[in-house]
Amino acid sequence: MYGKGLRTLSAATCLALGAAFALVFFYAPLDADQGFIQKIFYVHVPMAIVALLGFVAGAVMAIGHLRTGDRRWDLRSYVAIHLSLILGVGVLITGAIWAKASWGHWWVWDEPTLVSFLIVFLLYATYQPLRFSIEDPERQARYASVFAITAGAFVPLNFLAVRLAESLTHPRVLSTTGGALPGSMRLTFLVALAGMGLLFVTLWKYEMASKHATAQLRSLRRKLGGEEIASPGRSAAPRTAAPAHPGA
Amino acid sequence: MPALPLDEAGKYVAGAYVTFLALILVYVAIMATKLSRIERELEELNELADRRGGGEPS
Repeated sequence: MYGKGLRTLSAATCLALGAAFALVFFYAPLDADQGFIQKIFYVHVPMAIVALLGFVAGAVMAIGHLRTGDRRWDLRSYVAIHLSLILGVGVLITGAIWAKASWGHWWVWDEPTLVSFLIVFLLYATYQPLRFSIEDPERQARYASVFAITAGAFVPLNFLAVRLAESLTHPRVLSTTGGALPGSMRLTFLVALAGMGLLFVTLWKYEMASKHATAQLRSLRRKLGGEEIASPGRSAAPRTAAPAHPGA
Repeated sequence: MPALPLDEAGKYVAGAYVTFLALILVYVAIMATKLSRIERELEELNELADRRGGGEPS
């Protein structure tokens, strides 16, 4: 079910990311101010945008769970947040590398953009321990959904607050007032953003297919096993029942 | 700060892009481990089904 179209999506992702990297190194001009270092922008910023959108998507999926009571929405939300956390690690590391190269410091504590992203990341870092601390799967899914919605609402608020704040060093690239990118840089950035978005969707489908296959296996084992089936231990990952038919 | 010379800037840029690729590779490696576990369990279940049904092992 989730594996459908995965091959096409994977090919499109490879194509988009390949094109983006080619544009970054062979088409986009060197930045007049930062020089070659600015190339980090094309991986760092798309990763940050997709990670934040992934957190918001996780919140929307969690709303689906609370509205319908269908635990598959909880699983979808879990996978979206999990992937966003992985991208979040990438954002923090590439951001630190860029900061060291252009500001001379790995981290600047009085810069609202950096600190606010760290706060969002640390907030979501508590999502998995929260899930793990609740044994009852029904309650775990409900509490996790409430967390995902609350934290998801915090993401755009946080983004807005940072935009309103007086920034000291972090540039505002995508704004109406300043930092407008020239056409070639904008095109490269948009291709990189599309590639990163496709990567997120591909990995999301990939992980969903894996979780779905595991649930199907568990169900099959239950049906076949006359012997004692060991119940899975406590887990942060949602335990969804396999649907009655593959298309469900 | 003035822009870094290309040879020095290259190290940082390479570091950032390698970080991104490494994250993806680690993720795919973990997923591959999970996939091999699913495959192993599927084989076990197949054998179990063969024993139950008394059919030809496939």
